[in-house]
Amino acid sequence: MTALRGRLAGNPTIDQVRSFASAHRSLAIVAAMVVAGLILPILAQVPPFSGFQSLDVWIGGFSNAGVFVLLALGLNIVVGLAGLLDLGYAAFFAIGAYAYAYGSSPFSGQHFPFILMLMVGALVAATFGVLLGAPTLRLRGDYLAIVTLGFGEIVPIVFLNSDKYTQGTNGIGGLYKPEIPGVEFTLLNPWPFYVLMLVIVTIVMVLIYRVQESRIGRAWMAIREDELAAASNGLNTVTTKLLAFALGASTAGFAGVFNAAKLTLVSPDQFGSTVSFAILAMVVLGGMGNIWGVALGAFVIYTIQIVILKQLNAFFGDNHIPILQDINFVQYQFLLYGLALVLMMLFRPEGLFPSQRRKRELRAHDAAATESEAVAAMDQA
Amino acid sequence: MSGQPGVPDDTPPVEVLAEKALVEPEDIPREVLAEDAAAVLATAASSAEAGTSGLILNATNVTKRFGGLIAVNDVSFTVPEGAIVSLIGPNGAGKTTFFNIIAGIYDPTSGRIAVRDRTMVARPIRAWLEPVLWVAPAVVVGLISAIVVAAANSETIGFLGAAVTLAALVAMLLSAIARPDWYQRLLLRLGIFRSARPNDMVKAGIGRTFQNIRLFQNMTAEENVLVGMHIKLKATLIDAMFSTPRNQREEAAARARAEELLNLVGLRGVGGELAKNLPYGDQRRLEVARALASDPSLLLLDEPAAGMNPRETSDMMALINKLRTELGLTILLIEHDMKVVMGISDRVTVLDHGERIAEGTPDEVRRDPRVIEAYLGAPAS
Repeated sequence: MTALRGRLAGNPTIDQVRSFASAHRSLAIVAAMVVAGLILPILAQVPPFSGFQSLDVWIGGFSNAGVFVLLALGLNIVVGLAGLLDLGYAAFFAIGAYAYAYGSSPFSGQHFPFILMLMVGALVAATFGVLLGAPTLRLRGDYLAIVTLGFGEIVPIVFLNSDKYTQGTNGIGGLYKPEIPGVEFTLLNPWPFYVLMLVIVTIVMVLIYRVQESRIGRAWMAIREDELAAASNGLNTVTTKLLAFALGASTAGFAGVFNAAKLTLVSPDQFGSTVSFAILAMVVLGGMGNIWGVALGAFVIYTIQIVILKQLNAFFGDNHIPILQDINFVQYQFLLYGLALVLMMLFRPEGLFPSQRRKRELRAHDAAATESEAVAAMDQA
Repeated sequence: MSGQPGVPDDTPPVEVLAEKALVEPEDIPREVLAEDAAAVLATAASSAEAGTSGLILNATNVTKRFGGLIAVNDVSFTVPEGAIVSLIGPNGAGKTTFFNIIAGIYDPTSGRIAVRDRTMVARPIRAWLEPVLWVAPAVVVGLISAIVVAAANSETIGFLGAAVTLAALVAMLLSAIARPDWYQRLLLRLGIFRSARPNDMVKAGIGRTFQNIRLFQNMTAEENVLVGMHIKLKATLIDAMFSTPRNQREEAAARARAEELLNLVGLRGVGGELAKNLPYGDQRRLEVARALASDPSLLLLDEPAAGMNPRETSDMMALINKLRTELGLTILLIEHDMKVVMGISDRVTVLDHGERIAEGTPDEVRRDPRVIEAYLGAPAS
């Protein structure tokens, strides 16, 4: 890896590309997403992946993974940048989805355009983000986590029990598909959803990246680092934290609207606390604070969870491998999640794809520790 | 987060910010409090630029109690424009508590602090009335619409009424969070006084550093200074998201200014270093640069030379002098190092057991028998 990097650094063309990319980060994000969007379908047709499932199923799966990429990007603002631990993030996902159900379904009798509902869903979710944020501003760390956990439980239960307005457990079905001129969205053709998802994720990534690099992003980081010092340097901690909540929630709102429009169904069981934990795990495993890290983390974890575990079952079953063929890996996915998290915290606490900053932060402690160990060893000698 | 080893951590925890409204039980006579309140309300409304007395900071009879402990007792204190004023005293004399009151972190138990003749910090008056103010418009609108609905018996009007009521509630809550000028004026007109928060004091032109260094450890030196510049930057969320030309110009100017400030305090070329990796003396300098970034007119330095060797100390003294001569800053400092205090101060105030025991030029204070007694103990008789 290092050798490869060394060779690449010496190459003038690569250097040019790299300096161009760092000068035009938004363009770089768009380019990277276009490349990813082209490579993924090709990759799905190459063995062994082509043997797992048909291309259409892969493409459908990719757009579902995109939903989780969006969610992880949004949660990253709250947890990774502003340092506010939110355990009930799926609530905003639910609010976005139900906003679409009310705005565009036979149940409500309304049929607003999809693009408009995307905005409305984000706005409604952001409002609830502020409503949840306002009373919890005094809380930090564990206390904030408990309150958000409660909120995450309350929202699906409210949707579950307000039969009259949400049809309870059955959920609201038959939602209208997105309607964009010139494109036909049907259940059988996953491609329009795939492209739409790519576009949404790209836009959201560019916007979040820009905010992160602005004075607002710096304010979030400052509050994460030291709240009192931040306030003493003129930051209004109240509005800054609320903005983080609102932006995080609105990203979840986007994801909710897209997901509802794709599934054409919303029901309370899609938004349980396991979803919140899964998103948090994606953010942590991917690399907190780094948009590429969390996006890749979410994508990889979702794909493993949905596709690879199933394939493991099939593979071991087909080859009649003793013991392993009797294990249903899909059932054990949360065990595997937990195991991955534990191993991760032990061996790579900065995440799979950490930001440079976080890597330095966590590895610096190691360096300091080895140094003090060395000193101790010398003292003994 | 943690301060340097060996330096006592006596800055209050962040919780204090949230609990400012809580007032300890005390036994100050009602008449004194009422007089106090009248004075506060009379002087809180004057505009920030109206200062006529030439005093940048004017503390009047400030008392602070923690339960039964009187940390600061009836201290009056002024800082004239352009001066270097020092606050000294033995350990536990209440210097840092007094400093924290000035910086808006604690509310005083009685007394008031005016910045340019405008009272900013005092014991809150009728703070309980403020939540009523948030709800009152919603209640009024709600009642009116309920009456209208009862009269007209129309579901549409009912829905509209509910929406307007909710909007009124949200609007009041948002203004309570953002605290625009009209909201502050409304509060004063209703006889409600809320003591300034740390970020309000920064806005009023008071920058500060901390006794135990509180930098944003995992941000670079440049970013630390940029956070200090936060209130001077105008970019909104929209500017940041769409990377408007205004935002780009502002960011470029801010970075140039940050570099200037780093050079000014003698930190040339370390802008890209993480704050925690800087040597101790440089961290102190960086804190000064961060405090300068908000363009304060009064700089509060809490033991700027604590833990420094003689060479670093004399550098720091040179820097403080430079700040006054080159930037025209007024400086208030707490210091233990008598060489520093006597060398650069115009006026010195001595606190002991929370009381002001002496005030004057360095020479006067040096000869004052009470000061000698406080530092060396009473002479044997």
